[in-house]
Amino acid sequence: MEAMSRVAVALNADETKKANAAIGAGFAYGLAAIGPGIGIGYVVGKAIEAMARQPEAAGMVRTTMFLGIAFTEALALIGFVVFILLGL
Amino acid sequence: MLGLDFPQINEVIRWQNIFGSFNKVALIAVAAAIIGSAVFLLAGNKDPLKAPKGIRNLAETIVEFVESTIMQTIGKEGLVWTPWILSLFVFVYLCNVPGIIPVIYMPATARMAIPLFLALFVWVVYIAVGLRHQKANYFKHMLWPPGVPVAMKPLVGLIEFTSNIVLRPFSLAIRLFANMLAGHMLLVTFSLLSEALFQARTSKFALIPMGILPLFMLIFLTAFEVLVGFLQAYIFMVLTCVFIGQSRHSEHAEAH
Repeated sequence: MEAMSRVAVALNADETKKANAAIGAGFAYGLAAIGPGIGIGYVVGKAIEAMARQPEAAGMVRTTMFLGIAFTEALALIGFVVFILLGL
Repeated sequence: MLGLDFPQINEVIRWQNIFGSFNKVALIAVAAAIIGSAVFLLAGNKDPLKAPKGIRNLAETIVEFVESTIMQTIGKEGLVWTPWILSLFVFVYLCNVPGIIPVIYMPATARMAIPLFLALFVWVVYIAVGLRHQKANYFKHMLWPPGVPVAMKPLVGLIEFTSNIVLRPFSLAIRLFANMLAGHMLLVTFSLLSEALFQARTSKFALIPMGILPLFMLIFLTAFEVLVGFLQAYIFMVLTCVFIGQSRHSEHAEAH
């Protein structure tokens, strides 16, 4: 912690802003990935369960699974866009 | 320690103009449109009475795939939309694929312009379909599903309006754009890492062969991008079908 504050003193205001933006970008994407990660795992797990129980409905389940993934994934992707906007 | 300077985002996704403001991304989009049309025009000129082979076989497989997706999402009456949805699918796919073709290595959909335009196009179409099939009831059913208590109407209306009209085209565009951009950035990162390790000027020579590791990751990610390029085009198509299907006959209307 002390080392970090010493680094912060050495930087001027512009560089500090840049460094903070980079840290914020990392956090933005990391945090945005948690929820959708759990969500997609849940969606796919349930879809596999359904396919194993009823293989004849596999086609329909797969389409719906991709839909569910697409909606869940959108949140992570917005996090990624924020990461790009903040960090690069 | 080794330091790796990641290039600015503009260096990664911005290509120089060929003439005027026509750059290589626009060139890829134009090429995608021309190649897609050419394949289907050539296939359409073949004799339909003979057993399909070669390019016609390919075209028929794609059309059947799109038709089965429409049957699953809209239903039989949605088949009139096949040509439009087919061209959307083929265009998006051919824009995604250059992301993994050596030398080109740039998905045209990794720039916001193309996904945003396509999403707005889809937005206009599904609202128009809704207005045509349900007339003024379309907005009423969309904003207030039947059975909502009167006291809740302002809140539900606001939420439904935001999610159906504002966020839908936005998330449709962001999904395609961010997926392709993320894949592109991953490929850039691992190729840079590999290059930096191979060319490292360091006294620890053991580091140099380590460049093979990011190279393996690069090969794996390229294979993954083959899948992602197809999957994103497919998801774009399925969501378009779902939106049109919802506009044609809302499930709320049947509950009446």
